[in-house]
Amino acid sequence: MSDALAFRDVTCVRGGRTLFEGLSFAIAGGGAALVSGPNGVGKSSLIRVAAGLLRPAAGEVVGLPIRALLAEAAALDPGLRLFNALGFWATLDAEPDPRERVPRALDAVGLAHIAEVPVRLLSTGQRRRAALARVVASGAPVWLLDEPANGLDVASVAMLERLIAEHRAGGGTVLVATHTPIALPDAVEVILGDPSC
Amino acid sequence: MLTLIARDVRIAWASGGVANALAFFLLVTILFPFAVGPDTALLARIGGGVIWAAALLAALMPVERLIGPDMDSGVLDQLAVRGLSMPSVAAAKIVAHWLGFGPPLMLAAVVAAGLLGLDARTLGAVELGLLIGTPGLAALAVATSALVTGLRGAGSVAGLVMLPLAVPLLIFGAGSLDGGMGAVKLLGAVSLLLLAGAPFVAGAAMRAGME
Repeated sequence: MSDALAFRDVTCVRGGRTLFEGLSFAIAGGGAALVSGPNGVGKSSLIRVAAGLLRPAAGEVVGLPIRALLAEAAALDPGLRLFNALGFWATLDAEPDPRERVPRALDAVGLAHIAEVPVRLLSTGQRRRAALARVVASGAPVWLLDEPANGLDVASVAMLERLIAEHRAGGGTVLVATHTPIALPDAVEVILGDPSC
Repeated sequence: MLTLIARDVRIAWASGGVANALAFFLLVTILFPFAVGPDTALLARIGGGVIWAAALLAALMPVERLIGPDMDSGVLDQLAVRGLSMPSVAAAKIVAHWLGFGPPLMLAAVVAAGLLGLDARTLGAVELGLLIGTPGLAALAVATSALVTGLRGAGSVAGLVMLPLAVPLLIFGAGSLDGGMGAVKLLGAVSLLLLAGAPFVAGAAMRAGME
Protein backbone atom coordinates (compact mmCIF):
# COMPACT_ATOMS: atom_id res chain seq x y z
CA MET A 1 0.00 0.00 0.00
CA SER A 2 1.40 3.38 -0.97
CA ASP A 3 1.86 6.12 1.57
CA ALA A 4 -0.74 8.83 2.01
CA LEU A 5 2.01 11.31 2.86
CA ALA A 6 5.74 10.86 2.83
CA PHE A 7 8.78 13.11 3.34
CA ARG A 8 11.89 11.99 1.48
CA ASP A 9 15.16 13.52 2.64
CA VAL A 10 13.51 16.90 3.07
CA THR A 11 15.70 19.83 4.05
CA CYS A 12 14.15 23.12 5.06
CA VAL A 13 16.11 26.37 5.11
CA ARG A 14 14.53 29.63 6.24
CA GLY A 15 16.32 32.95 6.29
CA GLY A 16 19.68 31.23 5.80
CA ARG A 17 19.13 28.97 8.81
CA THR A 18 18.73 25.22 8.33
CA LEU A 19 15.72 24.10 10.36
CA PHE A 20 15.90 20.40 9.57
CA GLU A 21 17.93 18.31 7.19
CA GLY A 22 17.41 14.99 5.44
CA LEU A 23 14.09 14.36 7.17
CA SER A 24 12.29 11.21 6.03
CA PHE A 25 9.11 9.62 7.30
CA ALA A 26 5.98 8.09 5.81
CA ILE A 27 2.37 7.84 6.94
CA ALA A 28 0.02 5.25 5.50
CA GLY A 29 -3.73 5.68 5.10
CA GLY A 30 -5.32 5.64 8.57
CA GLY A 31 -2.01 6.59 10.14
CA ALA A 32 -0.80 9.65 11.96
CA ALA A 33 2.44 11.46 12.63
CA LEU A 34 3.17 13.70 15.57
CA VAL A 35 5.78 16.42 15.11
CA SER A 36 7.13 17.72 18.37
CA GLY A 37 9.98 19.84 19.61
CA PRO A 38 10.59 23.20 21.29
CA ASN A 39 9.40 26.55 19.92
CA GLY A 40 11.14 27.86 16.82
CA VAL A 41 12.49 24.51 15.77
CA GLY A 42 10.55 24.36 12.50
CA LYS A 43 7.31 22.55 13.32
CA SER A 44 5.15 25.08 11.50
CA SER A 45 7.59 25.19 8.60
CA LEU A 46 7.34 21.41 8.34
CA ILE A 47 3.55 21.68 8.12
CA ARG A 48 3.86 24.39 5.46
CA VAL A 49 6.28 22.22 3.49
CA ALA A 50 3.75 19.37 3.71
CA ALA A 51 1.01 21.73 2.50
CA GLY A 52 3.14 22.77 -0.48
CA LEU A 53 3.32 26.39 0.69
CA LEU A 54 7.06 26.24 1.29
CA ARG A 55 9.45 24.71 -1.18
CA PRO A 56 11.94 22.40 0.52
CA ALA A 57 15.58 23.26 -0.13
CA ALA A 58 16.18 19.58 -0.93
CA GLY A 59 14.16 16.40 -1.06
CA GLU A 60 10.47 16.03 -1.85
CA VAL A 61 7.07 15.48 -0.30
CA VAL A 62 4.88 12.87 -1.99
CA GLY A 63 1.43 11.51 -1.31
CA LEU A 64 -2.23 12.16 -1.96
CA PRO A 65 -2.68 15.57 -3.58
CA ILE A 66 -5.75 16.75 -1.67
CA ARG A 67 -4.77 18.01 1.76
CA ALA A 68 -6.49 20.21 4.31
CA LEU A 69 -4.53 22.71 6.39
CA LEU A 70 -5.21 24.08 9.85
CA ALA A 71 -2.70 26.88 10.38
CA GLU A 72 -2.29 29.62 12.94
CA ALA A 73 -4.63 32.02 11.11
CA ALA A 74 -8.29 31.07 10.90
CA ALA A 75 -8.74 32.57 7.38
CA LEU A 76 -12.46 33.16 7.95
CA ASP A 77 -13.97 36.46 6.81
CA PRO A 78 -14.70 38.38 10.03
CA GLY A 79 -17.78 40.08 8.62
CA LEU A 80 -19.55 36.90 7.53
CA ARG A 81 -21.76 34.60 9.56
CA LEU A 82 -19.87 31.47 10.55
CA PHE A 83 -21.98 29.25 8.29
CA ASN A 84 -21.33 31.42 5.22
CA ALA A 85 -17.63 31.86 6.01
CA LEU A 86 -17.21 28.08 6.08
CA GLY A 87 -19.49 27.73 3.06
CA PHE A 88 -17.13 29.88 1.02
CA TRP A 89 -14.29 27.44 1.59
CA ALA A 90 -16.53 24.44 1.15
CA THR A 91 -17.50 25.58 -2.35
CA LEU A 92 -13.81 25.77 -3.25
CA ASP A 93 -13.11 22.23 -2.02
CA ALA A 94 -12.82 19.34 -4.42
CA GLU A 95 -15.83 17.60 -2.82
CA PRO A 96 -19.42 18.04 -4.03
CA ASP A 97 -22.40 19.29 -1.94
CA PRO A 98 -20.86 22.11 0.10
CA ARG A 99 -24.22 22.97 1.68
CA GLU A 100 -24.40 19.54 3.31
CA ARG A 101 -20.81 19.23 4.46
CA VAL A 102 -20.76 22.49 6.43
CA PRO A 103 -23.63 21.74 8.86
CA ARG A 104 -22.21 18.28 9.50
CA ALA A 105 -18.77 19.75 10.25
CA LEU A 106 -20.27 22.40 12.54
CA ASP A 107 -22.12 19.65 14.41
CA ALA A 108 -18.90 17.68 14.72
CA VAL A 109 -17.03 20.56 16.40
CA GLY A 110 -20.03 21.57 18.54
CA LEU A 111 -20.63 24.98 16.96
CA ALA A 112 -23.97 24.28 15.27
CA HIS A 113 -25.77 26.59 17.72
CA ILE A 114 -23.71 29.64 16.65
CA ALA A 115 -23.74 29.04 12.89
CA GLU A 116 -25.48 32.39 12.34
CA VAL A 117 -23.09 34.45 14.50
CA PRO A 118 -20.58 36.69 12.63
CA VAL A 119 -17.03 35.35 12.80
CA ARG A 120 -15.68 38.56 14.38
CA LEU A 121 -17.74 37.87 17.54
CA LEU A 122 -16.31 34.39 18.12
CA SER A 123 -13.86 33.69 20.93
CA THR A 124 -10.35 32.36 20.31
CA GLY A 125 -11.35 28.81 21.07
CA GLN A 126 -14.48 29.03 18.95
CA ARG A 127 -12.44 30.38 16.02
CA ARG A 128 -10.05 27.48 16.42
CA ARG A 129 -12.94 25.02 16.37
CA ALA A 130 -14.38 26.82 13.34
CA ALA A 131 -11.06 26.42 11.53
CA LEU A 132 -11.15 22.76 12.50
CA ALA A 133 -14.67 22.55 11.07
CA ARG A 134 -13.27 23.78 7.76
CA VAL A 135 -10.77 20.90 7.79
CA VAL A 136 -13.54 18.42 8.65
CA ALA A 137 -15.82 19.84 5.95
CA SER A 138 -13.11 19.66 3.29
CA GLY A 139 -13.32 15.86 3.18
CA ALA A 140 -9.60 15.82 2.34
CA PRO A 141 -7.88 12.50 3.03
CA VAL A 142 -4.81 14.19 4.51
CA TRP A 143 -5.12 16.62 7.42
CA LEU A 144 -2.22 18.92 8.30
CA LEU A 145 -2.79 20.41 11.73
CA ASP A 146 -0.47 23.08 13.12
CA GLU A 147 -0.91 23.42 16.88
CA PRO A 148 -4.54 22.30 16.73
CA ALA A 149 -4.94 22.37 20.51
CA ASN A 150 -4.02 26.06 20.85
CA GLY A 151 -6.75 27.98 22.63
CA LEU A 152 -8.89 24.90 23.20
CA ASP A 153 -10.26 23.89 26.60
CA VAL A 154 -10.00 20.35 27.94
CA ALA A 155 -13.38 19.28 26.53
CA SER A 156 -12.48 20.67 23.12
CA VAL A 157 -9.13 18.88 23.08
CA ALA A 158 -11.02 15.64 23.77
CA MET A 159 -13.31 16.53 20.86
CA LEU A 160 -10.26 17.16 18.65
CA GLU A 161 -8.83 13.76 19.58
CA ARG A 162 -12.17 12.12 18.82
CA LEU A 163 -12.38 13.84 15.40
CA ILE A 164 -8.85 12.75 14.51
CA ALA A 165 -9.65 9.17 15.60
CA GLU A 166 -12.81 9.16 13.45
CA HIS A 167 -10.91 10.56 10.48
CA ARG A 168 -8.28 7.84 10.83
CA ALA A 169 -10.90 5.13 11.28
CA GLY A 170 -12.27 6.23 7.91
CA GLY A 171 -8.86 5.73 6.29
CA GLY A 172 -7.71 9.33 6.66
CA THR A 173 -4.23 10.49 7.53
CA VAL A 174 -3.14 13.16 9.99
CA LEU A 175 0.07 15.11 10.45
CA VAL A 176 0.02 17.06 13.71
CA ALA A 177 2.61 19.55 14.91
CA THR A 178 2.16 20.47 18.54
CA HIS A 179 3.98 21.24 21.76
CA THR A 180 0.99 20.30 23.91
CA PRO A 181 0.48 16.58 24.32
CA ILE A 182 -2.57 15.20 22.54
CA ALA A 183 -3.48 11.54 22.31
CA LEU A 184 -2.53 10.04 18.95
CA PRO A 185 -2.39 6.24 19.23
CA ASP A 186 0.26 4.52 17.08
CA ALA A 187 1.53 7.79 15.65
CA VAL A 188 4.87 8.10 13.90
CA GLU A 189 7.00 10.33 16.15
CA VAL A 190 8.95 13.08 14.42
CA ILE A 191 11.07 14.93 16.93
CA LEU A 192 12.71 18.10 15.64
CA GLY A 193 15.52 19.97 17.28
CA ASP A 194 18.57 17.90 18.00
CA PRO A 195 19.84 19.10 21.39
CA SER A 196 23.44 18.74 20.19
CA CYS A 197 23.03 21.53 17.58
CA MET B 1 -13.09 31.54 -9.72
CA LEU B 2 -16.55 33.15 -9.70
CA THR B 3 -16.77 32.45 -5.97
CA LEU B 4 -13.50 34.29 -5.47
CA ILE B 5 -14.60 37.27 -7.55
CA ALA B 6 -17.93 37.48 -5.72
CA ARG B 7 -16.15 37.38 -2.37
CA ASP B 8 -13.76 40.20 -3.25
CA VAL B 9 -16.51 42.39 -4.69
CA ARG B 10 -18.55 41.87 -1.52
CA ILE B 11 -15.59 42.79 0.70
CA ALA B 12 -14.83 45.90 -1.38
CA TRP B 13 -18.40 47.17 -0.97
CA ALA B 14 -18.80 46.08 2.65
CA SER B 15 -15.52 47.57 3.84
CA GLY B 16 -16.35 50.94 2.32
CA GLY B 17 -13.46 50.73 -0.14
CA VAL B 18 -15.69 51.59 -3.09
CA ALA B 19 -17.39 54.55 -1.42
CA ASN B 20 -14.06 55.91 -0.11
CA ALA B 21 -12.40 55.86 -3.51
CA LEU B 22 -15.40 57.55 -5.13
CA ALA B 23 -15.63 60.23 -2.46
CA PHE B 24 -11.91 60.87 -2.85
CA PHE B 25 -12.27 61.09 -6.63
CA LEU B 26 -15.05 63.66 -6.39
CA LEU B 27 -13.18 65.63 -3.73
CA VAL B 28 -10.09 65.96 -5.92
CA THR B 29 -12.17 67.16 -8.86
CA ILE B 30 -13.89 69.67 -6.59
CA LEU B 31 -10.53 70.95 -5.35
CA PHE B 32 -9.43 72.05 -8.82
CA PRO B 33 -11.96 74.89 -9.26
CA PHE B 34 -10.85 76.19 -5.86
CA ALA B 35 -7.22 76.06 -6.92
CA VAL B 36 -7.45 77.53 -10.43
CA GLY B 37 -10.47 79.80 -9.94
CA PRO B 38 -14.02 79.70 -11.25
CA ASP B 39 -13.14 80.49 -14.89
CA THR B 40 -15.65 78.28 -16.73
CA ALA B 41 -13.80 78.24 -20.03
CA LEU B 42 -10.52 77.27 -18.37
CA LEU B 43 -12.19 74.56 -16.27
CA ALA B 44 -13.93 73.11 -19.31
CA ARG B 45 -10.59 72.98 -21.12
CA ILE B 46 -8.61 71.25 -18.34
CA GLY B 47 -11.58 69.28 -16.94
CA GLY B 48 -10.89 66.06 -18.85
CA GLY B 49 -7.30 65.97 -17.64
CA VAL B 50 -8.42 66.73 -14.09
CA ILE B 51 -10.78 63.74 -14.15
CA TRP B 52 -7.95 61.50 -15.34
CA ALA B 53 -5.53 62.69 -12.65
CA ALA B 54 -8.23 62.30 -10.00
CA ALA B 55 -9.02 58.79 -11.25
CA LEU B 56 -5.35 57.86 -10.90
CA LEU B 57 -5.19 59.16 -7.34
CA ALA B 58 -8.45 57.44 -6.44
CA ALA B 59 -7.05 54.17 -7.80
CA LEU B 60 -4.31 54.42 -5.17
CA MET B 61 -6.75 54.55 -2.26
CA PRO B 62 -7.65 50.86 -1.94
CA VAL B 63 -4.23 49.45 -2.93
CA GLU B 64 -3.15 48.67 0.61
CA ARG B 65 -6.24 46.57 1.27
CA LEU B 66 -6.34 44.46 -1.88
CA ILE B 67 -3.86 41.71 -0.97
CA GLY B 68 -2.45 42.44 2.49
CA PRO B 69 -5.43 41.36 4.62
CA ASP B 70 -5.75 38.07 2.72
CA MET B 71 -2.06 37.39 3.16
CA ASP B 72 -2.21 38.09 6.92
CA SER B 73 -5.36 36.11 7.62
CA GLY B 74 -4.08 33.02 5.85
CA VAL B 75 -6.68 33.18 3.06
CA LEU B 76 -3.99 32.93 0.37
CA ASP B 77 -2.50 29.89 2.12
CA GLN B 78 -5.86 28.17 2.14
CA LEU B 79 -6.41 28.98 -1.54
CA ALA B 80 -2.99 27.57 -2.40
CA VAL B 81 -3.68 24.37 -0.44
CA ARG B 82 -6.84 23.94 -2.50
CA GLY B 83 -4.69 23.91 -5.60
CA LEU B 84 -5.48 27.38 -6.96
CA SER B 85 -2.49 28.95 -8.64
CA MET B 86 -1.56 32.41 -7.42
CA PRO B 87 -1.75 34.03 -10.89
CA SER B 88 -5.36 32.87 -11.24
CA VAL B 89 -6.14 34.21 -7.76
CA ALA B 90 -4.55 37.51 -8.83
CA ALA B 91 -6.62 37.52 -12.04
CA ALA B 92 -9.80 37.02 -9.98
CA LYS B 93 -8.76 39.90 -7.75
CA ILE B 94 -8.20 42.15 -10.78
CA VAL B 95 -11.67 41.39 -12.15
CA ALA B 96 -13.24 41.93 -8.72
CA HIS B 97 -11.31 45.15 -8.13
CA TRP B 98 -12.33 46.51 -11.52
CA LEU B 99 -16.01 45.69 -10.87
CA GLY B 100 -15.87 47.68 -7.64
CA PHE B 101 -13.84 50.50 -9.16
CA GLY B 102 -14.31 50.96 -12.92
CA PRO B 103 -18.09 51.29 -13.37
CA PRO B 104 -18.64 53.35 -10.19
CA LEU B 105 -15.81 55.66 -11.26
CA MET B 106 -17.38 56.10 -14.70
CA LEU B 107 -20.65 57.08 -13.03
CA ALA B 108 -18.84 59.50 -10.73
CA ALA B 109 -17.09 60.97 -13.78
CA VAL B 110 -20.49 62.09 -15.07
CA VAL B 111 -21.02 64.03 -11.86
CA ALA B 112 -17.49 65.43 -12.03
CA ALA B 113 -18.03 66.49 -15.65
CA GLY B 114 -21.11 68.41 -14.53
CA LEU B 115 -19.13 70.12 -11.77
CA LEU B 116 -16.36 71.12 -14.17
CA GLY B 117 -18.72 72.15 -16.96
CA LEU B 118 -17.45 69.69 -19.59
CA ASP B 119 -19.36 69.46 -22.85
CA ALA B 120 -20.96 66.23 -23.99
CA ARG B 121 -18.25 65.39 -26.53
CA THR B 122 -15.46 65.66 -23.95
CA LEU B 123 -17.48 63.65 -21.46
CA GLY B 124 -17.95 60.95 -24.09
CA ALA B 125 -14.20 60.86 -24.73
CA VAL B 126 -13.48 60.70 -20.97
CA GLU B 127 -15.93 57.83 -20.48
CA LEU B 128 -14.51 55.88 -23.42
CA GLY B 129 -11.00 56.44 -22.09
CA LEU B 130 -11.98 55.35 -18.58
CA LEU B 131 -13.70 52.25 -19.94
CA ILE B 132 -10.50 51.26 -21.72
CA GLY B 133 -8.05 52.51 -19.11
CA THR B 134 -9.55 51.44 -15.77
CA PRO B 135 -9.00 47.68 -16.34
CA GLY B 136 -5.30 48.40 -16.77
CA LEU B 137 -5.39 50.61 -13.70
CA ALA B 138 -7.07 47.84 -11.70
CA ALA B 139 -4.43 45.33 -12.85
CA LEU B 140 -1.68 47.72 -11.86
CA ALA B 141 -3.29 48.28 -8.44
CA VAL B 142 -3.45 44.55 -7.69
CA ALA B 143 0.14 43.96 -8.84
CA THR B 144 1.36 46.91 -6.74
CA SER B 145 -0.60 45.68 -3.76
CA ALA B 146 1.00 42.24 -4.01
CA LEU B 147 4.47 43.76 -4.37
CA VAL B 148 4.28 46.07 -1.36
CA THR B 149 2.41 43.71 0.99
CA GLY B 150 4.42 43.10 4.11
CA LEU B 151 6.54 46.20 3.72
CA ARG B 152 6.53 48.84 6.41
CA GLY B 153 4.60 51.89 5.28
CA ALA B 154 3.10 49.88 2.42
CA GLY B 155 0.66 52.67 1.58
CA SER B 156 3.26 55.30 0.77
CA VAL B 157 5.53 52.87 -1.06
CA ALA B 158 2.52 51.79 -3.13
CA GLY B 159 2.14 55.33 -4.44
CA LEU B 160 5.80 55.51 -5.42
CA VAL B 161 5.58 52.17 -7.23
CA MET B 162 2.25 52.62 -8.90
CA LEU B 163 2.04 56.24 -10.08
CA PRO B 164 5.11 56.18 -12.39
CA LEU B 165 3.84 52.97 -13.99
CA ALA B 166 0.42 54.54 -14.49
CA VAL B 167 1.86 57.52 -16.38
CA PRO B 168 1.31 55.93 -19.84
CA LEU B 169 -2.37 55.45 -19.00
CA LEU B 170 -2.60 59.09 -18.00
CA ILE B 171 -0.80 60.35 -21.11
CA PHE B 172 -2.90 58.37 -23.58
CA GLY B 173 -6.08 58.73 -21.55
CA ALA B 174 -5.82 62.51 -21.43
CA GLY B 175 -4.42 62.51 -24.98
CA SER B 176 -7.54 60.81 -26.30
CA LEU B 177 -9.59 63.85 -25.22
CA ASP B 178 -8.40 65.82 -28.25
CA GLY B 179 -10.26 63.37 -30.39
CA GLY B 180 -7.29 61.38 -31.70
CA MET B 181 -8.12 57.72 -32.26
CA GLY B 182 -4.39 56.98 -32.14
CA ALA B 183 -4.27 57.85 -28.42
CA VAL B 184 -7.29 55.62 -27.76
CA LYS B 185 -5.58 52.71 -29.48
CA LEU B 186 -2.37 53.26 -27.53
CA LEU B 187 -4.39 53.51 -24.31
CA GLY B 188 -5.93 50.14 -25.17
CA ALA B 189 -2.48 48.71 -25.85
CA VAL B 190 -1.09 49.89 -22.51
CA SER B 191 -4.18 48.63 -20.69
CA LEU B 192 -3.91 45.20 -22.33
CA LEU B 193 -0.21 45.01 -21.56
CA LEU B 194 -0.88 45.71 -17.87
CA LEU B 195 -3.76 43.20 -17.81
CA ALA B 196 -1.61 40.51 -19.39
CA GLY B 197 1.39 40.99 -17.16
CA ALA B 198 -0.12 41.90 -13.80
CA PRO B 199 -1.56 38.48 -12.81
CA PHE B 200 1.87 36.87 -13.17
CA VAL B 201 3.73 39.64 -11.37
CA ALA B 202 1.15 39.66 -8.57
CA GLY B 203 1.08 35.85 -8.44
CA ALA B 204 4.85 35.62 -8.12
CA ALA B 205 4.88 38.31 -5.43
CA MET B 206 2.12 36.56 -3.46
CA ARG B 207 3.95 33.25 -3.78
CA ALA B 208 7.16 34.85 -2.54
CA GLY B 209 5.28 36.53 0.31
CA MET B 210 4.03 33.16 1.52
CA GLU B 211 7.50 31.73 1.96
